[in-house]
Amino acid sequence: MENAPAGSWRKQDATYNMTGSKCEKCGTMYFPPRIICRNCGRDGKIKEHKFSGEGSVYSYTVIRVPPHDFRNVAPYTVAVIKTNEGPMVEGHIVDNGKKVEIGAKVRIVLRRMTVDGEEGLIHYHYKFELV
Amino acid sequence: MRDVAIVGVGLTKFGERYEVGLRGLMAEAGLAALQDAKISSKEIEAAYASIMASGRLTGQEHVAALLADQMGAKNIAATRIENACASGGSALMQGYLACASGMVDIVAVGGVEKMTDVTGSEATTALGGAGDQEWELAQGITFPGLYALMARRHMHEYGTTEEQMASVAVKNHENGYKNKYAQFHKLVTVDEVMKSKMIADPLKVFDCSPISDGAAVVILAPLEKAKKYTDTPIKIVASAQASDTLGLSDRDSLTGIKAASIAAKNAFAQAKLEPKDIDIAEVHDCFTIAEVMAMEDLGFYKKGEAAKAIADGETRLNSKLSVNTSGGLKACGHPVGATGVKQAVEVTWQLRGEAGDRQVKDAEIGLTHNVGGSGATAVVHIMRRTN
Ligand SMILES: [Zn+2]
Repeated sequence: MENAPAGSWRKQDATYNMTGSKCEKCGTMYFPPRIICRNCGRDGKIKEHKFSGEGSVYSYTVIRVPPHDFRNVAPYTVAVIKTNEGPMVEGHIVDNGKKVEIGAKVRIVLRRMTVDGEEGLIHYHYKFELV
Repeated sequence: MRDVAIVGVGLTKFGERYEVGLRGLMAEAGLAALQDAKISSKEIEAAYASIMASGRLTGQEHVAALLADQMGAKNIAATRIENACASGGSALMQGYLACASGMVDIVAVGGVEKMTDVTGSEATTALGGAGDQEWELAQGITFPGLYALMARRHMHEYGTTEEQMASVAVKNHENGYKNKYAQFHKLVTVDEVMKSKMIADPLKVFDCSPISDGAAVVILAPLEKAKKYTDTPIKIVASAQASDTLGLSDRDSLTGIKAASIAAKNAFAQAKLEPKDIDIAEVHDCFTIAEVMAMEDLGFYKKGEAAKAIADGETRLNSKLSVNTSGGLKACGHPVGATGVKQAVEVTWQLRGEAGDRQVKDAEIGLTHNVGGSGATAVVHIMRRTN
């Protein structure tokens, strides 16, 4: 599909900075951000919340048969990360030579994700590296 | 609410059906169902069509009217249901509700997917939309990738092995071998599965259901009128559906599908039955790990105990509980929108005693378990033979 740029632009604060949200009433944190708390419903008090980007690998896999936009990137490792704050988040693990395993500590980095053709947008996104 | 029964079923051969398009598949299954129920097209009062990604895969939306028209059911109310891979189960539930309500008598529920008119990478992208497009697919996390993340965690928490998962594929190929509608008529060994090409570690190509074309249709009638169409009405004794977060990372657990557990619990309560009462089950084995989780989520096994039981042969044909007698999604094929309806077709055949070489002896009560995406939707039906 050919995408207009608005779709990636409106997600930028989340995809660049890992900005999610937090319900100040019950303390639950969300990534990606939500405006309705899953616990408190309309009584929740949702505020923007920036995650530290630190956590550990909860599960992982290596994608060897990619979707169309990633055909030049595969194979790549993706993981479910348990953030130090509690919520889980999915993301790429960049290859820095360290071994990926459940429990391994990670931190956030900003990297190129996909490129829309030669003259199109370059999409940047948070990824994780092993520490 | 009144009782509802399945009075007619029809299925196409699943697989790479290059010679027939979307509408042809629907018509083929529709004709088989009309003939099976010995019913006139004019008697159908409503249709529910399940399809996941026809727009992306064929360019055609608005398929419910097409189904009704192709079945010769002129001008009836026809509605499309899309719940990713659980579309079929959801459409069956909507058909059941329409008939049970008394609003209409005869309902056609048709599921279809035409997947081989696009390239593999396009199909992979389309299927990826069953997960969270913005936060999973946009990061290149494919559908097999999501189940791989669940499999890895299941292995970590319960010691589930790749060989045990492979035994799901071995069993389902054994069953599919006996089903003329199945995409694959080929036996496989654990060793062959283990040595097959890696797709998303630890899942290999033989752990994954294939890309398929196919369609399935069931015809529903009020139980009190069912004998007009069939000697053996199959009564729907439970119809339950639940949902969960679209993405994996917001779930309470990665080692089970909570929506399936909830749907199962509600279905057993509706039917006043327990897991031990079930003779046959068609479960959603889009990946081998999915069948392991299904057996646990449905209450057939305790958490962490299903993989060994499957590897020990407890769910083979005519054993303790016969699971995926059709060959499942793995061997029968997985035309996404058709799958949930096909499960009901197989259970109907089994409960009527019409399943041929793969017939389960004295099957009286059957269950279907249909999951959408990585578990954001789950639908469970329980059916019982009446005569
Ligand atoms: Zn709250």
